[in-house]
Amino acid sequence: MKSLNNEPGTLNRYMNLHELTVAHAGAGLAKKEFSSEELTRACFGQIKKTEPSLHSFISVTESQAVKQARAVDKAGDFSQPLAGIPAGIKDLFCTAGVKTTAASKILDDYTPPYSATAVRRLFDRGAVMVGKNNLDEFACGSSTETSAFGPSKNPWDLERVPGGSSGGSAAAVAADQCLYALGTDTGGSIRQPAALCGVVGLKPTYGRVSRFGVVAMASSLDQVGPITKTVEDAAIVLQAIAGVDPLDSTTVDQPVPDYRAGLAAGIKGLTVGVPKEFFGEGLQPDVRAAVEQAIEQLKALGATVREVSLPHSPFALAVYYILMPSELSSNLARYDGLRYGLTANKQTLLENYLATRAQGFGPEIRRRVMLGTYALSAGYYDAYYRKAQKVRTLVRRDFDHAFEQVDCLVTPTTPTVAFKLGEKTGDPLSMYLSDVLTVSINIAGVPAISIPCGLAKPANGKTKLPVGLQIIGNHFDEETILRVAHAYEQATDWHTKRPSLP
Amino acid sequence: MKLSKQAVAHVARLARLGLTDEEAKQYAEQLSSILDYVEQLKRVDTEGIEPTAQVTGLENILRDDVVAGVSPEVKAALLKQAPALEKNLVKTKSVFDEVSE
Repeated sequence: MKSLNNEPGTLNRYMNLHELTVAHAGAGLAKKEFSSEELTRACFGQIKKTEPSLHSFISVTESQAVKQARAVDKAGDFSQPLAGIPAGIKDLFCTAGVKTTAASKILDDYTPPYSATAVRRLFDRGAVMVGKNNLDEFACGSSTETSAFGPSKNPWDLERVPGGSSGGSAAAVAADQCLYALGTDTGGSIRQPAALCGVVGLKPTYGRVSRFGVVAMASSLDQVGPITKTVEDAAIVLQAIAGVDPLDSTTVDQPVPDYRAGLAAGIKGLTVGVPKEFFGEGLQPDVRAAVEQAIEQLKALGATVREVSLPHSPFALAVYYILMPSELSSNLARYDGLRYGLTANKQTLLENYLATRAQGFGPEIRRRVMLGTYALSAGYYDAYYRKAQKVRTLVRRDFDHAFEQVDCLVTPTTPTVAFKLGEKTGDPLSMYLSDVLTVSINIAGVPAISIPCGLAKPANGKTKLPVGLQIIGNHFDEETILRVAHAYEQATDWHTKRPSLP
Repeated sequence: MKLSKQAVAHVARLARLGLTDEEAKQYAEQLSSILDYVEQLKRVDTEGIEPTAQVTGLENILRDDVVAGVSPEVKAALLKQAPALEKNLVKTKSVFDEVSE
């Protein structure tokens, strides 16, 4: 393990540009200390060195990235904080002219003619895309092991998963293959991999960021967000992608505050809630200890800490495993083998549907599509889907009540540190349980961030692995959780820890 | 909730998923264990509770009923995605096995 010195004023001593944060790279570019092309090439140097062992990308787009970087250098305008900065994009975002697979065989050869709004907003601000990150097929998984193109590895321990579904994005940022990445989070898919890879992951409020052009998973839960090395970088990326989009009618027309400006306000006087239900059975003792220590740190920084209760949160995972597959099965109906993507080319329509979807969807997708179809089918709709929607109301009310008493909530992001590849693939339910601390946030639609807060040994290994602290905010109050996360980050050095890669 | 192999085959058919006999058996076990897990929702009293479909409170976001249109390039790129075209239209498969009067 090594520590990263990211203090201002040390740029000139940097050997490795790709190790910079977005904020520091932006400052260096603005001062012409290096060019975007140099920074971009440094990332590709790191990709070439580490990608054979990590597999965090499905596509690497080097020539296009160098072209983008040169154009930004030529324009010479670095007033936008993301101008000239290399990013990884989860391969769930449509990117015009660049293959977009959703890690599924059914979209193996799909090249969209347009870009997702979030990607377009990055490009409009001069961002450079280094490639498309690996993920679980259609973002369905917690380990990248359901990817049709093989799993990514955790840079801290190559025998372990990086988490999922945005596992490729988190691994790429942790391994300095890019300076930040874009992910999506339906039940924890940004926060859980960020926690397992020791980086920062932010899931904004549902409706804060446009989902137009993102391959849909579960439409009432999906949200786009950044994976970064620091909280400040998360604020910078959120600033670029947040806001209403006429192409996504679920985006909310609320003012977008200056997230970066609010970071330094400190947390004196804030009240932090600790929901007792998130510290129950199944929580690894070392993870609990790291999170409890982080809570002590928040107290030392001037926050008031009080225990709260979210009594329905233990039911959130069951709600999720009805709502998500139901919405997924409906969204995935579009893969019909007729308009785009894989086709089995059978004679009749029914045969073609059956064969295309049998060949194109992996086992986890088929499992979830069947579960969703069953939950929505005649005779079961009220017992499953409607019941889950009612419990969703109760889960959401718990959060509303909590936020009447506290400014934010803190919990562990995951019950354990990274697990081994293959450890949970035989038992879908045990895999689902790795999302148990993140799903209720999507059910309620509130924002949450995961930041590094320690290192702990897994029960079945010797290498110490990252632990994530989850900070949950009220609807559209990303400012408060970024502020708390930033204050914690400034007081500790967990975010500077990087894995030692071969 | 125990799901039979036959029930799984039926659901797979509804979802237009081709399934082998062996797969139906395996999915029957896995889906049953997931359904057992979600059974716990029965313990939650939801009497008089309204369902939540989405959380931001937005309702009926409508746009003007006008054709936005796409550029000829995008149109061509979209059509190029289809496995089969006829007269610049996406060609589907036959719906019936045999033609009958």
